[in-house]
Amino acid sequence: MSTMTDPPKADFRLSMLINDTRYRSLTFQVIAAIVIALSIWYLGNNLIQNLRAAGLNISYAFLGDSAGYDINQRLVEYDSQSSHARAALVGLLNTLLVAFLACITATVFGVIAGVLRLSNNWLVSKLMAVYVEIFRNIPVLIWIIIIFTIMTAVLPAPSAFRGENPTSSMLFGSFAFTNRGIYFPRPEFANGLFASTALNWLLVIAVLIGSWFVSGEVEKRATKKQEETGERPATLLPKLAIWLVPFVLLMIIMGLTWDVPELKRFNFSGGLNAGGPLIALWFALSIYTGAFIAENVRAGIQAISKGQTEAAAALGLRQGRIMKLVILPQALRVIIPPLISQYLNITKNSSLAIAVGYADITATLGGITLNQTGRAIECVLLLMLFYLTASLLISTGMNIYNASVKLKER
Amino acid sequence: MKKSVILGAATIAGLAAGAAMAGTVDDVKARGKLNCGVTTGLVGFAAPDANGEWQGFDVSLCRAVAAAVLGDANAVEFVPTTGKTRFTALASGEIDMLARNTTWTFSRDVDLKFEFTGVNYYDGQGFMVPKALGVSSAKELDGARVCIQTGTTTELNLADFFRANNISYEPVPIETNAEAQQQYLAGACDVYTTDASGLAATRATFEAPDEHILLPEIISKEPLGPLVRHGDHEWGDVVRWTLNALISAEELGVTSANIDELSAGTDNPEINRLLGTEGTLGEMLGLDADWAAKAIKAGGNYGEIFAKNIGEETPIGLARGLNAQWTEGGLLYSPPFR
Repeated sequence: MSTMTDPPKADFRLSMLINDTRYRSLTFQVIAAIVIALSIWYLGNNLIQNLRAAGLNISYAFLGDSAGYDINQRLVEYDSQSSHARAALVGLLNTLLVAFLACITATVFGVIAGVLRLSNNWLVSKLMAVYVEIFRNIPVLIWIIIIFTIMTAVLPAPSAFRGENPTSSMLFGSFAFTNRGIYFPRPEFANGLFASTALNWLLVIAVLIGSWFVSGEVEKRATKKQEETGERPATLLPKLAIWLVPFVLLMIIMGLTWDVPELKRFNFSGGLNAGGPLIALWFALSIYTGAFIAENVRAGIQAISKGQTEAAAALGLRQGRIMKLVILPQALRVIIPPLISQYLNITKNSSLAIAVGYADITATLGGITLNQTGRAIECVLLLMLFYLTASLLISTGMNIYNASVKLKER
Repeated sequence: MKKSVILGAATIAGLAAGAAMAGTVDDVKARGKLNCGVTTGLVGFAAPDANGEWQGFDVSLCRAVAAAVLGDANAVEFVPTTGKTRFTALASGEIDMLARNTTWTFSRDVDLKFEFTGVNYYDGQGFMVPKALGVSSAKELDGARVCIQTGTTTELNLADFFRANNISYEPVPIETNAEAQQQYLAGACDVYTTDASGLAATRATFEAPDEHILLPEIISKEPLGPLVRHGDHEWGDVVRWTLNALISAEELGVTSANIDELSAGTDNPEINRLLGTEGTLGEMLGLDADWAAKAIKAGGNYGEIFAKNIGEETPIGLARGLNAQWTEGGLLYSPPFR
């Protein structure tokens, strides 16, 4: 038994800032903050003084000027008369596009390789180990260049598709794999319900989302019936119908046709085109980061006690279902936090795009615009702002997801 | 009103800058080495040879300046720069001068605060295509894929040219000449465009140069020349007059073969002033009396440098064309040495 006594109330003395553990950490943080603020002030002041000495200033007026250069891949309207700000926007969207695509495929590669590396099959697990070690230990820039070089060297130039006896031919008469990228047919609506193509596509997406909801409802009902009667009704055929019937009907009503790429004077034209640089960058980023994610996944799985697997096996679950229903859900809370930083890495590594001529924001704003206007400091500050914002947004989004799957402690 | 205040402030700042940044000559002398920015490798203009020695037309200018200032043509540290890094390298003081196929434009001279000290090569932007394409004019290039070095004036000219002719193209931005060459040869682009001299230099390194042609259109003026930072006029003068000395030497018939003989003194006062046997031109620049003689000895006069690196006898095979002396119908014209 012990009695609680109030701690002695000592008067505050200045030396306690250093000696007393209650205040010490705070003291050092305040000192560090002051030092950092002073150095930032010193560097900023230095910059402004040096710029003034060189007769230069900081101004963002150049963003409104006409850019004067062309960009090969653009998701929004742009031509050489558009402003530098617009060129930056084109680059920004290109960065986000490749980062988004690479995050998805890297996760797929990573989960598959991570799970397979723990396989009991010696050959499979060793193959995955080799993949992970090779890709993790060679810089991503080198992978980007290797993949791009192989693509341009191995795939035929469009001229190979020309002539009486062309050395290459299009797959199914509609897909062309060239060293400039992949050309494939573009779906078009002959008699769309709306005048604008975007609205027609929105309608298609709306129909698909509707199918998704209805098929979820069917699934729920089947589960309910199973709980009540112990018998699960077959859901495959109804679900197939729910997905296909409205979609096919819509396509027939709107008159789906395909715009097939055709070999013109220099190049394929028509259809859709995934440019070589985009493919090389996307693939290199996915396969490189996939190797890191594989290690995260492996660590996550190994963090789950073996007893869990054994208990699930004792219930009669098969290997695949043990992984899907028991191990991976628990492993997620270990996997997701490092996964966030891999997503950030993908976004930041996409700035290596210029190595293969992909027009991301580092290539447009931080490359051509910077060079043509000479506004290096302004452009780099904008780039920093963009990457910081993007990283913080990804991090926030993923942290929200992490909070939803992490172990609930009550 | 407001604007004039800003302009006034800028002028004062500019004057202060002149005082603050002067002294590159002294820096170079104290260091014993000239830091000269060149390309990352364009055969004929600036590229390391088999022994790792930098050789080329632009390199010779760096060596001439080093010889004029330091008396040693080998006292040069060559700093390879890309189209993107060159101006930052110069503005930040990493290099003392830039001799790198850089086009003299208004905004670079005025807005970026650099000082072009003359033109050592009058160029224009051209196009190279494989013969097999059967193209004979740049106006037939509708829909072509064009490889282009990013961050250069050629990028802007290209956009203007296609826009003015109302034809379309797909630009492929490339960082260095070597990459562009690889892409072009692999057929990933139909056309390679850059300064005509650069195209000729690149084509000379191909295995089968005959299979590629340069199209007749020259779509821009590209006066290429060395540049220094704005505000350091003494240093600007040294670079400017070294280049002029090389050009004048050719005009006056001073060559690396006869320079020793002529240095003893001649009947031509201008040669005497140039070579430092008469007058005090070297002293005015803050250099030795025989600064120009040393510069010319480093690699010969302008004509010798041209012939040795990029002339018709070399694999690059450029004709003098616009770059002939004014007396021969070209544009080369050095102000008088007096």
